[in-house]
Amino acid sequence: MKASTLAALFDLRSVIALLFGVYGLVLTVLGLAATSPADLEKAGGVALKLWTGIAMLVLAAVFVLWVWLRPPVVPSASEVADAESRPGH
Amino acid sequence: MGIMVLAQTDLRLDVSTLDYVLVAFYFVLVLGIGLIARRSISSSLDFLLSGRSLPAWVTGLAFIAANLGAIELIGMTANGAQYGIPTVHYYWVGAIPAMVFLGIVMMPFYYGSKARSVPEFLRMRFNPTTQRVNAVSFALASVLIAGVNLFSLGLVIEALLGWPLQVAIPLAALVVLSYTFFGGLSAAIYNEVLQFFVILALLIPLTVAGLARVGGWNGLKERITEVGGVEELSSWPGTTLTEIPNAFLSVLGIVFGLGFVLSFGYWTTNFAEVQRALSAKSMSAARRTPIIGAFPKALIPLVIVIPGMVAAVLVPQLTTLKAGGESDVTYNNSLSLLMGEVLPNGILGVAVAGLLAAFMAGMAANVSSLNTVFTYDLWQDWIRPGREDAYYLRVGRAVTVIGCVLAIGTAFIAGSYQNLMDYIQSLFSFFNAPLFAIFILGLFWKRMSGTAGWTGLVSGTLAAIVVDVLVRTGVLAVSAQAGAFIGASAAFVFGIAVAAVVTVVTAPKPEAELVGLVWQLTPKESRRHETTGDDAGWFRSPVLLGGLVLALTVLLYLLVP
Repeated sequence: MKASTLAALFDLRSVIALLFGVYGLVLTVLGLAATSPADLEKAGGVALKLWTGIAMLVLAAVFVLWVWLRPPVVPSASEVADAESRPGH
Repeated sequence: MGIMVLAQTDLRLDVSTLDYVLVAFYFVLVLGIGLIARRSISSSLDFLLSGRSLPAWVTGLAFIAANLGAIELIGMTANGAQYGIPTVHYYWVGAIPAMVFLGIVMMPFYYGSKARSVPEFLRMRFNPTTQRVNAVSFALASVLIAGVNLFSLGLVIEALLGWPLQVAIPLAALVVLSYTFFGGLSAAIYNEVLQFFVILALLIPLTVAGLARVGGWNGLKERITEVGGVEELSSWPGTTLTEIPNAFLSVLGIVFGLGFVLSFGYWTTNFAEVQRALSAKSMSAARRTPIIGAFPKALIPLVIVIPGMVAAVLVPQLTTLKAGGESDVTYNNSLSLLMGEVLPNGILGVAVAGLLAAFMAGMAANVSSLNTVFTYDLWQDWIRPGREDAYYLRVGRAVTVIGCVLAIGTAFIAGSYQNLMDYIQSLFSFFNAPLFAIFILGLFWKRMSGTAGWTGLVSGTLAAIVVDVLVRTGVLAVSAQAGAFIGASAAFVFGIAVAAVVTVVTAPKPEAELVGLVWQLTPKESRRHETTGDDAGWFRSPVLLGGLVLALTVLLYLLVP
């Protein structure tokens, strides 16, 4: 596998974490600060923004943890050579 | 699933500035992924097949997201609202067995042959004519279906946000074009993974809030029973779904029509799906791709069918429609009506992003599989062979642009037909059923000749078209749904019969050319995959994972017998 592809994969996990980190933060803050009675009634009494926000933060944390525990490895020279010699390359 | 007829005043969502900001942030990331993926492209294989380098969790989620498009999301909530629990057949019997079969039985041949596309595999097993017949019809279907996805997207933007169709359609095409143009298949696949999570961020809060409003699962069951919809609460025999009054025949129709011919035809031969597995980094990862995708596929009806059922008891316009009264909405509006009914601002922004993501997922899958088939199978193998790789990379990029422009055209054509979505769905399954027939025959019957390949394909498709015409002119008095089942079955049977007859009168291919392409001629060792390094561990065994997901499906069926 090529180093550039690995870097892109690293970016994908991080991009997912970034998206849900930001969404989660916005919704959690909104849920804490601005849950109106009308909002509660709409969602059948569930503090939907707060709970969705927290769930998103957890998802973001899982992806950050994954990247942290399994960082993308830069392949050694022999692995690069293997990849280059495969059919289709 | 008819085209959505959206009444403007009813459906306009109360979207705030914050919601728009959340949607905009998602689009920034989508385009960012296109630019990131661009760095890793140096050859046509990188652009069109991601350099065969992606890990199984990425290809597996993309495998599902490519299918979790607009038609799926809107159509299946509509079915949930109209038929209730029997809709789960589309997910369980109608997808899981075929996905496991693709991973365990067929992937060793697909991936092992190093074919870059389904048509290329057909050239190896049969002959160039079979490749060309399949490539041309696939390219045509892709452009038409991309147009339907784009048109539905434009309709939703128009209805929910109030933007005119003439602005919404080209704008949406431009977004899909910009990331697939720069990043090729990698960008499409990476975005599909992101889309998968964003779509869930729409569906899960929607289900939670919807269920809370009707008093939980038991409350929902009570309210459905009150209006006399008991048959909506169990999956079998599903007579309302099939419109076959006899319970036994209805079960037979679901298991063989939906579960075998339509489902195996779609999941095992549709290149927009198979392409995701072919871009995996190893044989083991390729085999696990559809099986990893099968797990979310088995669970997704919980957050698609249930919201549909909730919408049908909660939204006044839909309750009226269900009771047989006059209503200015159709079942296809269920999803957006429920979004407006239960989601507060903030979540609504996430939900709109999820809905737009679903539409783009569908169209990007069509465009990225179209450019691979066009570049490799039509351009490189037929019209302009023997150029350097950089030339084909340029062709791939050009086809991406042309495909998107054509999709804008077919989107406006789609707008002029009320029933085009139905029509294309059936066209597409007609084209998949004969393909599956010759695939299976060619895989297990080494005598089958090259000429039998394309004659079987063409005659199967013709048989399906004849059935379609008979159903639509009323000569064959069945519902459109039953008509699709019959058409697909006819295509399958007729395709096999013609291929068998033609094989008998033509010369077989030499056995040496069929090694790795036919079951009996492929040594068992070469069907196996590596079990070292990234592919090591019992939890990465495709057979074990396949067994687990089948068990999960049986368990789910036991919950709603």
